[in-house]
Amino acid sequence: MKSSVITFPGSNCDRDMDVALKKFGFKNKMVWHNDTELPKSDLVVLPGGFSYGDYLRCGSMASKSKIMKSVMNFANSGGMVMGICNGFQILVETGLVPGVLLRNKYLEFICKNVFVKINNKKNTYFKNIDNDVLEFHIAHNEGNYFCTKDQLKEIEDNEQVAINYCNRVGDLEEQFNPNGSIKNIAGIFNKKKNVLGMMPHPERMIDPSLSGEDGSLFFNNLINNLK
Amino acid sequence: MIVNEQVALDHGLKKDEYAKICELLDRTPNITELGIFSAMWNEHCSYKSSRLHLKNLPTKGKQVIQGPGENAGVVDIGGNDAIVFKIESHNHPSFIEPYQGAATGVGGIMRDVFTMGARPIANLNSIHFGSPQHKKTKNLLRGVVNGIGGYGNCMGVPTIAGQTNFDSSYNGNILVNAMTLGLVKKDKIFYSKAVGLNKPVIYVGSKTGRDGIHGASMASASFDEKIEEKKPTVQVGDPFTEKLLLEACLELMAGDSIISIQDMGAAGLTSSSIEMASKGNLGIEINLNKVPCRETKMTPYEIMLSESQERMLIVLENGKEEQAKKIFDKWNLDFAVIGKTTKSKKIKLFFDNEQVADIPVNTLVENSPMYDRKWKKAKLPKKNKIKNEDLKNLKIIDILKKVLSNPNVCSKEWIWQQYDHTVMGDTIQKPGGDSGVVRVHGTDKAVAASVDSSAIYCWAHPLTGGKQVVCESFRNLISVGAKPVAITNCLNFGSPENEENMGEFVECVQGIGEAAEYLKFPVVSGNVSFYNQTKDEGIKPTPSIGGVGLIKNYNKMITMDFKEVDNIVLVIGKTEGHIDQSLFARNILDEKNGPPPEINLFNEKNNGETLLKLIDAGHVKSAHDVSIGGIITAVAKMCIKGNKGINLKKPKYLINEIEYFFAEDQGRYIIEITKKDLKKVTDLLNKNAVHFDELGTINENQLFINDKTKATIDELITSNTSWLTNYMSK
Repeated sequence: MKSSVITFPGSNCDRDMDVALKKFGFKNKMVWHNDTELPKSDLVVLPGGFSYGDYLRCGSMASKSKIMKSVMNFANSGGMVMGICNGFQILVETGLVPGVLLRNKYLEFICKNVFVKINNKKNTYFKNIDNDVLEFHIAHNEGNYFCTKDQLKEIEDNEQVAINYCNRVGDLEEQFNPNGSIKNIAGIFNKKKNVLGMMPHPERMIDPSLSGEDGSLFFNNLINNLK
Repeated sequence: MIVNEQVALDHGLKKDEYAKICELLDRTPNITELGIFSAMWNEHCSYKSSRLHLKNLPTKGKQVIQGPGENAGVVDIGGNDAIVFKIESHNHPSFIEPYQGAATGVGGIMRDVFTMGARPIANLNSIHFGSPQHKKTKNLLRGVVNGIGGYGNCMGVPTIAGQTNFDSSYNGNILVNAMTLGLVKKDKIFYSKAVGLNKPVIYVGSKTGRDGIHGASMASASFDEKIEEKKPTVQVGDPFTEKLLLEACLELMAGDSIISIQDMGAAGLTSSSIEMASKGNLGIEINLNKVPCRETKMTPYEIMLSESQERMLIVLENGKEEQAKKIFDKWNLDFAVIGKTTKSKKIKLFFDNEQVADIPVNTLVENSPMYDRKWKKAKLPKKNKIKNEDLKNLKIIDILKKVLSNPNVCSKEWIWQQYDHTVMGDTIQKPGGDSGVVRVHGTDKAVAASVDSSAIYCWAHPLTGGKQVVCESFRNLISVGAKPVAITNCLNFGSPENEENMGEFVECVQGIGEAAEYLKFPVVSGNVSFYNQTKDEGIKPTPSIGGVGLIKNYNKMITMDFKEVDNIVLVIGKTEGHIDQSLFARNILDEKNGPPPEINLFNEKNNGETLLKLIDAGHVKSAHDVSIGGIITAVAKMCIKGNKGINLKKPKYLINEIEYFFAEDQGRYIIEITKKDLKKVTDLLNKNAVHFDELGTINENQLFINDKTKATIDELITSNTSWLTNYMSK
């Protein structure tokens, strides 16, 4: 399986994602934001970080990068595109996934482990995962997902919610919502479910010595689903 | 502008210093030259009050590749790997403007590290604030934490450990000390010494603006009521540009075009160019019209003294300019050839086709002032006698809960949760333990780091306090299974012109030196911050020690959380019952006099090294050093972290139960071992003549003391975790 990770000026989880993808068997290539051609890929990842310093609005300048035209074409023709954290912020700026990401409710950067409940398993990302709840890791300042009522209805009607913040056993109460996201939304798909944007970082959970191993579960499952 | 003595005084120079400048130049300096002298000769850059004493510190060791004198220290960690590290203060700017002050402190120290070719892999910080009740404290704390996070998070470097203290002596002068560790290949270390004539001098990074002019001078003076006017001397940070600068520099460093490189930190272009020339015993010529400026009509004086951030000066091999420029273009950074090295041994500056400065380099560096300041030796205070009736009505559990919720003991999760501590995917011990630990990417090795200070002990008796901080750092590294390698120090004191403050400095440094020498824990880098005082009121003497240790196989790392029910808990090291200056004496008995606990360096070394042997043999399940709050506080924290309880028993000593549990004797650790290993462990401790007491066994979730008093671990967790969150949300 071939993957590509895009490096924007200010990306800082690009190496971590490269390490993770390779660990689970992807042949990964790093792609510079100023390039115009995307290498042949089964998966394209927009990594976390602070692209363009998050100046103007998180993800907004990166969404206008040269490479993003190819990424959008790839996504629109059904290609698998995953945006993590800042990558998710870039995805909402391109319009590939609906909604916006606001400043965290308590106005503080949050770095900690969280639990997320998988809301939809009928897609290449989460199909065949036995667990309903995964322990992931978040590290962000602007992860407060918001959309209009109409958008929310459409998102829910199309089963576009990918994961929601919850507790260890999958309860979705507001107290388990770390950043104020509407309906505890931690990640969403586009309509066709080939594009996934999510705030948690699975690439930081791939080793028993790190914060946990549910990231391993996610990547192993993903590469098997792609085969 | 005409330069005279008054102008020199306004620049923070003393009368005799101005006279010396005129004598060295054999003429009156012009304003640009005076600005350069004032920047190079202030306390912050010249170390004029501290140099004499710092040279006594032990700086050599088997693993030391580079000691003090470069941008940062470098130690060998085996294979072709080395760790570059340093701690630095950003106290004055952080008090004036907490967000930018703290942010640029973090940015500055990371630049010091990557200037040497190392990719930063971990950040730490030591921050001190005034009393929680003081009206400024909350906002300063919030601003500093936001600033540290804002810069470090954006750079993508994990903040893995730190410490936060509160004491009313910092009401008018907070401390912000930032530390960075970087990883470098031993054969790819870059230094600041310029070599060769007519080599191009290159400016890269951000453009130069009018921010931070005289920042270093501001940091070399006490505060008064006009402090608000000093805001323009605080630099403004741009972590995004620094991230680009980091990547661009590392890309250029992968090749062979750099001769020397130096970041523009305090005193900006002035100190960077002069340091390169001085170390290389060369001259340097700069055309200031070539310096990329952010604002129009900047004068030579302003360009030389600006402390705009995210800038570097590089001496390149001839003919490599185009190749280097391509890299900086790729990262959208300024790149300008602004001068060349010369044999004149002078710094010559040109602007609008005129020479605007002509100063022999040695007058700025070797001939800079050095003072043997008067200092007063501190007396060891008399011990207090604790009366049994003072202790009679006290309940251990009540005291313990108070201690656990004390601002200097309580959980700092509210702070470190705002720092990205997991980016780079190698953080194997997060903040909240004895040390932060990161793996050396792609190897079995890991590096542990901790930062410590003990201002109370240093204030009570500077010599003992100085030794204690080094020992505390030693213990924090050993507690996670790391072999201590070297330290960096950030020496925060009041005015060197005050004999008592100077005495505190001299004796703390002496204590640091003695302990570092004995423990073979050399000082490889550091910085001095004097004048931490408002009007006449100085801070408690606060040397911060940043320690670095090595774990050869990261699977052997130890954490402090209790692991398993029925395991046995021991305390290593003897408990004599030293209560003076303990958290218990100061906060429960309200007794603020007396000596700090004594340091026995033999025991310190022996206890620590023996524990490392136990860890290496795989006998230790969890470990934690005993520090403020004594044995019971240490044990309670291990319970809290592991969500386990303990049946605690006081050994049959002569001393009182409260003294045993809350005393702050030094050189002690709590360890958890399995029942079956008990004999092996005690045999090894006995063989090495290490004192130990058996404290009890681990249970599910309750704290028993001598089978009587008890508390649930949930109660202890509440005591420990609620203070800071409540304080900040009020």
